[in-house]
Amino acid sequence: MQQTQSTKWMTHGEAGLMLFFSMAAFVCAFAAAKALDAPFAFHASLAAVASGVASFAIMNRYLDRPASLPPEEINGKPNYNLGPIKFASFMAMFWGIAGFAVGLLIASQLAWPLLNLDLPWTSFGRLRPLHTSAVIFAFGGNVLIATSFYVVQRTCRTRLVGDLAPWFVVLGYNFFIVIAGTGYLLGVTQSKEYAEPEWYADLWLTIVWVVYLVVFVMTLVKRKEPHIFVANWFYLAFIVTIAVLHLGNNPALPVSLLGSKSYIAWAGVQDAMFQWWYGHNAVGFFLTAGFLAIMYYFIPKRAERPVYSYRLSIIHFWSLIFLYIWAGPHHLHYTALPDWTQTLGMTFSIMLWMPSWGGMINGLMTLSGAWDKLRTDPVLRMLVVSVAFYGMSTFEGPLMSIKVVNSLSHYTDWTIGHVHSGALGWVGFVSFGALYCLVPWLWGRKELYSLKLVNWHFWISTIGIVLYISAMWVSGILQGLMWRAYTSLGFLEYSFIETVEAMHPFYVIRAAGGALFLIGALIMAYNLWMTVRVGEAEVQSTVALQPAE
Amino acid sequence: MSLWTRHQIFEKNSIILIAGILVVIAIGGLVEITPLFYLKSTIEVVDGVRPYTPLELAGRNIYVREGCYLCHSQMVRPLRDEIERYGHFSLAAESMYDHPFQWGSKRTGPDLARVGAKYSDEWHVTHLTNPRAIVPQSVMPGYPFLAQTEVDTAVVADNLKASRIVGVPYSDEQIKNAVADLKAQADPDNVGTDAFGKRYPKAVIRNFDSQAGAPTEMDALVAYLQMLGTLVDFKLYNEKANLR
Repeated sequence: MQQTQSTKWMTHGEAGLMLFFSMAAFVCAFAAAKALDAPFAFHASLAAVASGVASFAIMNRYLDRPASLPPEEINGKPNYNLGPIKFASFMAMFWGIAGFAVGLLIASQLAWPLLNLDLPWTSFGRLRPLHTSAVIFAFGGNVLIATSFYVVQRTCRTRLVGDLAPWFVVLGYNFFIVIAGTGYLLGVTQSKEYAEPEWYADLWLTIVWVVYLVVFVMTLVKRKEPHIFVANWFYLAFIVTIAVLHLGNNPALPVSLLGSKSYIAWAGVQDAMFQWWYGHNAVGFFLTAGFLAIMYYFIPKRAERPVYSYRLSIIHFWSLIFLYIWAGPHHLHYTALPDWTQTLGMTFSIMLWMPSWGGMINGLMTLSGAWDKLRTDPVLRMLVVSVAFYGMSTFEGPLMSIKVVNSLSHYTDWTIGHVHSGALGWVGFVSFGALYCLVPWLWGRKELYSLKLVNWHFWISTIGIVLYISAMWVSGILQGLMWRAYTSLGFLEYSFIETVEAMHPFYVIRAAGGALFLIGALIMAYNLWMTVRVGEAEVQSTVALQPAE
Repeated sequence: MSLWTRHQIFEKNSIILIAGILVVIAIGGLVEITPLFYLKSTIEVVDGVRPYTPLELAGRNIYVREGCYLCHSQMVRPLRDEIERYGHFSLAAESMYDHPFQWGSKRTGPDLARVGAKYSDEWHVTHLTNPRAIVPQSVMPGYPFLAQTEVDTAVVADNLKASRIVGVPYSDEQIKNAVADLKAQADPDNVGTDAFGKRYPKAVIRNFDSQAGAPTEMDALVAYLQMLGTLVDFKLYNEKANLR
């Protein structure tokens, strides 16, 4: 960073990272040779190769670049760093399609079990974590990283901190996804839902996440705007809380430093509580706070209206993050978890309805005076419908957290339907909307390749979601009722397998809904690809700054 | 100064904002989780609960590896229909040595908390190999490869050692004899069965997969399934004993 015009030096970051990756390559190669189990050997080899490539790429990049690093500003305008964002956006679309496809496969396995093929790496038990991680962490995570890096630069009117650091975050995060995903197929899992990756993947994610936090916060610190924009509060809460949850839920002791297996520090009741404190707040902070940040930036931007109420967003923010963290025990109603914890969890889950709807109102009412755009702009329609789905699932959630309701709904497909109305309707649609906005902005295109295709995507996916969630409502409630049905003589009316048999038609409908959702995403990928390839370039002057507020 | 103006301290200072977030998210977790570690009523004292034998632990690790918990819960709730269908509701003590817990969240298949001793070993082996051979309507995947894979004995003792460090009370002797115990439990003719029986009283010794030779993953998984929910004798269990 201190180089002069004439001589070219490596920055501390470049030299340090090159050294780090060169050493990592050797350590990982050694670990691969000495590994106790095949999956660990495979992952160590992957890490060795990736480290070698990283080291080489840093050197190559150094040799190719001019003596000075990219300037902070060009002609008085911030020189935004868009490269890592483009990469994360691309990966989001890639993982999204992969994750939806695996989802369709496992949905079909439940309808037609022969599709399990009786092989270890194609059975439902190994593919299901692949599906959940691919859609939540790979698709959702890349959307969050891409949009957060974009929004923080724009709303702070400053270039992202660091030269290699943002690249380290996006590449390191996607490498974590590859390790986690291939691990599931090979049977590497610690069996904590949504936190399945083993100890070494968890350690790597911790490093990547800390760098992510540092890049984000340091960019906030050097902002040119007096206020931190609302969206950034939510991104910050998401990044900070996910770090806390990750550390709390994952302290594990590896059986060997050369093997994949570990034992978690917590046991039984305490482990269950830690798991669902983590699990529900992965929903609360990854799938809600992070995507609410997207709502707070992209809806005002696309509708060209300010956020409806600034005060409401303050109340929304603090009450949401305070209440969410209590809600975990509703996953453990009527279990061996003490009653007092269950009651607390239920109480706070019901209260959570209020901030959730406060946020929904803030998002929807932002359209005041711009409602007509819903007719003409399918991207905005997608964003707005996502907020409507958010409102629906945040009403359903508190309802299901009530103990008597939960005694029926728990362990059934109702839960799966609830998750998907949030995941497909809210997280999926708000991400699609954000990517439809982001891709033309990043690649300097005037508009999307085709709004008509966005319209097709919207309707096909919406029909898919409706099929999915209604099938799961019926199957979930039906199965819950069948489990507790008694004959007039006081015997249980149905054997378990009869309740499984009754699910078949709904599993077929659910798979059909999933297929429609996947088709929608494929249309989207084509549309975005064509936007980048043949889209009309934007006239330079419109790059002018437009802070969201 | 109104509250809204005071809030600007968070809006203008990223470090204070982080501190605020940390305080606000810490409260709920601290209140709900920390008492579970010191309130005695969280895990009542129950006779019979013991650590897993090496073979059962190996089976449990296969259960985890194959993601069985994604479709099978191990938590019977205190509801009439569940008690009649599965047996006595689950006690916290029954999973006190479970690292990690396997309570599950979905019942695509039935609860397994009390599946032990409900079916024969042969039933389990046939069912795991091809579920539809026994239950035609089943949607469970088949696991024919388990019977063809030997249990990896290289890591058995280390598994016990690591478990001990995180809190499972394995003795030095149990760790030292882990591999011998694993083999003895799956082979009634083994010379080590008596010593095994002393180290793990009441543990079942059987050739679970009925195959000659070294214990397979099928042996291990069936041994684990057959002990689930059998440790506490509910004829002797006094549910009033822990009231206070």
